[in-house]
Amino acid sequence: MEKQNAKGWLYLLPAMLFLGVFMVYPLIDVFIYSFEENFNSVSQSYTGVGLHNYLYVLHDPYFLQAVKNTFLLVIITVPLSTGLALLISVGLSSIKKLRELFQTVFFLPYVTNTLAVGLVFMILFKKTTYTDGMVNALITMFGGESVDFISGPYWAKMLVLCLYTTWVVMPFKILVLTGALASVNDTYYNAAKVDGTKGLRMFTRITLPMISPSVFYLVITGFIGAFKAYSDSVALFGTDLNVAGMNTIVGYVYDMLYGASGGYPSYASAAAIILFAIVLTITAINLMVSRKHVHY
Amino acid sequence: MNTDYQITQNRAKVRNRWVKGITYALLGVWALIVLFPFYWMILTSVKSYSQYSGEFVPQFITLSPTMENYLTAFTAVPLAKYLLNTVIFTVATTAIMLVVTVLAAFGFSRMSFRGRDVAFTVFLSMMMIPNELVIITNFLTVTQLDWRNTFEGLILPSVTSVFYIYLLKENFSQVPDELYWAAKVDGTSDLKYLLKVMVPICRPTLVTITVLKAIECWNSFVWPRLITDDPEYYLVSNAIQTIRESGFGRENIPAMMAAVVVISAPLIVLFLIFRKQIMSGVARGGTKG
Repeated sequence: MEKQNAKGWLYLLPAMLFLGVFMVYPLIDVFIYSFEENFNSVSQSYTGVGLHNYLYVLHDPYFLQAVKNTFLLVIITVPLSTGLALLISVGLSSIKKLRELFQTVFFLPYVTNTLAVGLVFMILFKKTTYTDGMVNALITMFGGESVDFISGPYWAKMLVLCLYTTWVVMPFKILVLTGALASVNDTYYNAAKVDGTKGLRMFTRITLPMISPSVFYLVITGFIGAFKAYSDSVALFGTDLNVAGMNTIVGYVYDMLYGASGGYPSYASAAAIILFAIVLTITAINLMVSRKHVHY
Repeated sequence: MNTDYQITQNRAKVRNRWVKGITYALLGVWALIVLFPFYWMILTSVKSYSQYSGEFVPQFITLSPTMENYLTAFTAVPLAKYLLNTVIFTVATTAIMLVVTVLAAFGFSRMSFRGRDVAFTVFLSMMMIPNELVIITNFLTVTQLDWRNTFEGLILPSVTSVFYIYLLKENFSQVPDELYWAAKVDGTSDLKYLLKVMVPICRPTLVTITVLKAIECWNSFVWPRLITDDPEYYLVSNAIQTIRESGFGRENIPAMMAAVVVISAPLIVLFLIFRKQIMSGVARGGTKG
């Protein structure tokens, strides 16, 4: 093949321009911002270079609240949604009738607008003076006490947030796991049957090891996704997340950047880099654990 | 012995039937959980305001459906304007993304030039850059360019998608070289070859990335929220948030639900049309959750 140096780069030029301006330059810049103290975006001036921004963020009660919320959300939703998706996928791959229909229905949350459907969840769980809301009506029907899940106690708000997040992330997980289950070779099952292996043992000794790379992939992407949670919380509790006490780390970054509490790109940068460091650490730990338990 | 065998076989049959039953019940319950919010939003959107406010315990059906909420949704807030903005944003972003992606994928797969493999590695490594890190500078850049509340500001930073370049490059690489040489013999230019041969052959992948990008655009919330505060340029996600916090009066939930139905419907229709492409594309590397 003859060399087409200039021409080749010409084809890449548009992509390189876009990536350079909106990805590479910002990536470098965000680190610079995070070390510039008292940066003013109007005059483009700053007073010094140091760790002040990081220290400020780490001592900000709103940030600590956001970290707590985010970690709770991650610890609850990642195992819950992965386990539930595994259960549903195993069920899905064991049936023939209605399978396509179920798969289509289960995928629906993926293509819906998070903000719009979040509003529906809010209405289902909200309790106001003139209506208890659907969920509370069910709770009282079974003899429980109604709770305002949207502006009530912390645990109730956290519960709704976890439920909604799980609802939103399930389609992707079910899709990946049903694909993995379908690719397990029948030979293994047949060999096990000849040996008289029982169902549950077949699952733990053949199915689970065979699909472990996919499960693991979901755990990693699940962790990363949950750490970046934001829209779900806005959808349920409104844009004033600090007041609601339901902010997430990403929400904190945006609040620092823009809106009533905004105008501090340096703090936002520092918080974003802290988030990135957390995600990187957790992913590294995940990868180390996977070396021991995942069969490739 | 024969009867023993039959007893065992019958037992296994009964057991299987139980397992089947429980499986279907489980799947049915999850289907119900997935569908219920959709049912509830449609149901609430056709209840009249007075009927909705009169129900202390919400009713699961309504006997007198009304379309008045849809009228309110379009008249009390400029919902049509928001929808139009979102359509402009989605179509423009997706179109520019397609051009950029097709050119880059062609360069990587078909052209041979110095530094290509290094460039491709650099591109791939950019997939790992989280949006949260770069959005801060982009926000400041757009503000300095005075692009807030403009379509340029909305669209241009949303164009790049390294993953789609990767996906299309993989597909382009599968097109046999013989076609290229045959076209060269006939005196076809590279660009013409790309448009007349590569693009038609790889249409399924192009459809997949187009639809996935369109969904992403339709649902995008964070970036539009950061750089638009003029309702003239609101996209539907921001509109929903505004409607919730001020429009209609906070209490008119049926009208809100009508707006939610209008905003959700286009994507669900798109999904039902392109179900296979969307699901296979997402399985290959979608990320939501």
